[in-house]
Amino acid sequence: MTSSADAAVAVSGLTKDFGAARALDGATFDVARGEIFGLLGPNGAGKTTTMRILLTLLKPTAGTAMVAGLDVTADPVAVRERVGWVPQEHAVDPLLTVMENMTFMGGMYHLPPAESRRRAAQLLELAGLARDGGKVARVLSGGTRRKLELAMSLVNVPAVLFLDEPTVGLDIGARRDLWNYVREISRQGTTIVLTTHYLDEADALCDRVAIIDRGRIQATGAPTELKAAYRAASLDEVFLAATGQELAA
Amino acid sequence: MTAVNLWREHRVLFGRWLARLRREPLAMLALLAQPLVWLVLFGHLFTKMPVPGGNYLRFMTAGAVVMTTFNACLTGGVELLFDRESGFLVRMLAAPASRVSQVTSRFMYLTLITGAQGLVILVAAWIMGVRYAAGIGGIAACLAIGALFGAGITALSVALAFSLRSHSQFFPIVGFASLPLTFASTALVPLAQMPDWMRAVARLNPMTYAIDALRELVMTGWQVAPLLGTVGALLAFDVCCAAVATAAMRNGLR
Repeated sequence: MTSSADAAVAVSGLTKDFGAARALDGATFDVARGEIFGLLGPNGAGKTTTMRILLTLLKPTAGTAMVAGLDVTADPVAVRERVGWVPQEHAVDPLLTVMENMTFMGGMYHLPPAESRRRAAQLLELAGLARDGGKVARVLSGGTRRKLELAMSLVNVPAVLFLDEPTVGLDIGARRDLWNYVREISRQGTTIVLTTHYLDEADALCDRVAIIDRGRIQATGAPTELKAAYRAASLDEVFLAATGQELAA
Repeated sequence: MTAVNLWREHRVLFGRWLARLRREPLAMLALLAQPLVWLVLFGHLFTKMPVPGGNYLRFMTAGAVVMTTFNACLTGGVELLFDRESGFLVRMLAAPASRVSQVTSRFMYLTLITGAQGLVILVAAWIMGVRYAAGIGGIAACLAIGALFGAGITALSVALAFSLRSHSQFFPIVGFASLPLTFASTALVPLAQMPDWMRAVARLNPMTYAIDALRELVMTGWQVAPLLGTVGALLAFDVCCAAVATAAMRNGLR
């Protein structure tokens, strides 16, 4: 654990109300630089709300959130310049080609055109899509499309990359393929925060996870630490215990 | 928000609209062919209508240009609604690019498209024998006034795109507004031929202002004072529509 001053993400007492409903209720956690961090929790627990606040798309009701050393409320544009995001769906324009999608995103991050094209070629190479540049995105398979979405989210060389359920709807092969790509991105120094409902995915990918329920962080730690602390054989059991759900006998 | 950054984001946003059009050749064909259909269809339908100048085709050329601009711009905001529905807009809003650029790039695109459509009509009408009293400069002025009128209509379309939940609401509303507004203008029929109540509506219709200015340029030539009056009225119309669009966008993005 690092101190929150030089953490990639530092969230403290984060609260968000939608009308009378409290979606986040004082969530507190840190993500260290270079980590792959998993945000786990049942539907409606507050994962998406947390992510949207960190992406500056929502303003918190109370509490603070720092990303890459910047306050998301005070300095939203500077935060946007330093983060990447792959939403659950529709992060590409299906009518544009793979290359056009890449350079489009480059422009949205204010890269000069030549630099944008150069970086796009580099990122497509890393994603294993070097030969697909001219294909219209609509014809890509689910797995390839996800990899394109990840490559697009890296055009600005983000300090922190947010992935929202990155492998939903992918077959096993495509899933393993994507995991390797995520690990490669991590090896190059990007901090990664992801949400997932697949606890085997969290176990395989994440250095640490936080389990969130009813807007509060219920447990934080490395998967192995949590399994030991909860005397559980799998992360599934930790999850059920931490969220107060019982295993059907 | 430096000028260079604004240029870079507009470059790709505008490029995206053009690329999407290129991928839909049928839509592109319809865009260019439809104005001709107006011209040929209505030009022959109403040849017996008494109009100033006596030549109906010459009379309605201005109407065809403005009608085409009106229709293209009125539906022109729907792409932003598609982006809202799919979630792609939210993805773009997480980038540092200004959210206003989403809309201004759409204005640029629609100005280009409706300018091209207007030019097609004016050239086609010329081939069919219509001569322009204000000359080549008059043609440029026609397109500029069309763009000024189109900007306000685009803003209304953008306002609708940010106020509605889905495009299945958008098209019925636009369809409902489009024909009555066209007929309650001087696009196809001179004011003198309208019943009193419709003449009152047509006098308030911004489409009438744009059409009458274009018609002057086509049929009588440069009339500077009334032309400036029209430009002023259309600018005021644009400012009002922009205010509506800004409020709707603020609301819709919350």
